[in-house]
Amino acid sequence: MTRSAVARALVYLSLIAATLVVLLPLGVVVMTSLKTENETANGSGALTPPHDPLNFHNYVTAFQDGGMLTAFGNTAFILLVSVGGTVLIGSMTAYAIDRFTFRFRKLVVALFLVAALVPGVTTQVATFQIVHSLGMFDTRWAPIALYMGTDIVSIYIFLQFVRSIPISLDEAARLDGANAFTIYRKIIFPLLKPAIATVVIVKGIAVYNDFYIPFLYMPSQDLGVISTSLFRFKGPYAAHWETISAGAVLVVLPTLIVFLALQKYIYNGFMRGATR
Amino acid sequence: MALPHPHPPAHRTGQRNSEAATPVQKRLAPAPAPRRARTWRLLTPWLFLLAPLALLITFTYAPIANMVAYSFTDWDGVSPELHYTGTENYTEIFTREDLFQVFWVSGYYLVASVIQIVAALYFATVLSFSIRFRNFFKGVLFFPSLVNGVAIGFVFLYFFQDGGTFDTVLGLFGYHTDHAWLGTPASANVSLAGVSIWRYLGMNFVLFLGAIQSIPGELYEAAELDGADRRHQFRHIILPGIKPVLTLTVILSVSGSLSAFEIPYIMTGGATGTETFVIQTVKLAFQFNKTGLASAAAVVLLLIILLVTWVQRRLVPDDRVDLV
Repeated sequence: MTRSAVARALVYLSLIAATLVVLLPLGVVVMTSLKTENETANGSGALTPPHDPLNFHNYVTAFQDGGMLTAFGNTAFILLVSVGGTVLIGSMTAYAIDRFTFRFRKLVVALFLVAALVPGVTTQVATFQIVHSLGMFDTRWAPIALYMGTDIVSIYIFLQFVRSIPISLDEAARLDGANAFTIYRKIIFPLLKPAIATVVIVKGIAVYNDFYIPFLYMPSQDLGVISTSLFRFKGPYAAHWETISAGAVLVVLPTLIVFLALQKYIYNGFMRGATR
Repeated sequence: MALPHPHPPAHRTGQRNSEAATPVQKRLAPAPAPRRARTWRLLTPWLFLLAPLALLITFTYAPIANMVAYSFTDWDGVSPELHYTGTENYTEIFTREDLFQVFWVSGYYLVASVIQIVAALYFATVLSFSIRFRNFFKGVLFFPSLVNGVAIGFVFLYFFQDGGTFDTVLGLFGYHTDHAWLGTPASANVSLAGVSIWRYLGMNFVLFLGAIQSIPGELYEAAELDGADRRHQFRHIILPGIKPVLTLTVILSVSGSLSAFEIPYIMTGGATGTETFVIQTVKLAFQFNKTGLASAAAVVLLLIILLVTWVQRRLVPDDRVDLV
């Protein structure tokens, strides 16, 4: 073999190894979720396939006893409102900052810029007091307000796009008698579609997966989102790995479907989201 | 369609024609207008910024200000009474051994991020050249970064269990062990840091991949003509080309390592010496009602992260920050 053939083989080997490392833990959990209680208890080993690969009993248990229906409902509500709000707020901010000159504009820009440097986890102790004093603690509005109020990245993404929309469009509309709100609604917002798609994807996945904020702000049982509801499996099902695994698969499955369906946009979205 | 009419009616064009002729202007210069219209125009941007600014100040700046204020008190977060204690909380953080040890835990995550960046860089380079099943490998590497943290925590609790997946796999290679991977501080932290590599590698990988693909292809062709092999191409084309993303990743990794929370909290709850800075702060504030001390800890963490960011900006001036 030539040197380059060896190198090529090593590259493939490393990729296959990485694939195994990624897929093995997930695959084992899928297998475990299909096992019966006896199968997990008798210590036949994690790598043995389930006796009956169509045994969905654990999924039923996890879904019903784990309150997953409420969890998906709560998550959907929070997701819809906060992603919608983020799109609206981000695009309005970007429009105001890019298309107007006004006093304190530099200061406003600086406020958003500096806020981007402050990681949310560090200020949570004090944020908690504010959320509490606003009466939002243990309601679905606490995470919604926090998700909407702290998303600087989406403002950046919108700003990039607003800047690329020619100002002559605004001017032409203005000549037609449109005011700033009409221009925003009828010209800017529709032209922001690619940016909106990016923000919806990045924000949507972040909200769906977030654990910290719902965990701190919504301790009530019936306010569980999918993260916190799944976390509660730790108590009652402590040794029942087949149920916990089924719960984990239930939570990951929607992500997998969305990922497979929107792969290209998700890659693009995350690249844009992280590099601003 | 939303596009404006190309020929506006004559009666409206009259007085503004002259402005429309200079589209370079950022904002349309206000036409001589009655007082009310002018106030309205001054107000317009603020109407758009009302909600965003209110949220920004309520949930970012007010907490920071409060947090700094709390950090000099002994407040418990509930009682109306609080006493000014000066810098006592800060002294406590830096002198109490058990409080300070969380910084050593961050070390495990820092080492993990170095491994993660190197591996991500390797896979991004390899997969940016033509290779079979490229999209499959891309998808597999990236997917973990989209998965719910709690699910990941459970997946790996099962993985590292006594006689769990990891032990079984090691057994296949003839290495029989009955090791409690999460049982001793060192191996627990190594295991948790390993999980965080598993989880976040894909994100770095995709960032690097995007940056590498934005490098013009002619550069490689030219280099190949000059007889440069892959290693030279990596060193002289790829590495300089992705420098901005690389530094961004480094700073995100440092602040991520310092603020690790989800994986250790879900998997061990901070037991066996795996407590991180954020777990400790959450416990201080919400279990032991030491809001003052927790605030001081949070201020320290914030200052460290801001310092890292500042150093990074000094070392590698980012000319792409062009917000205004």
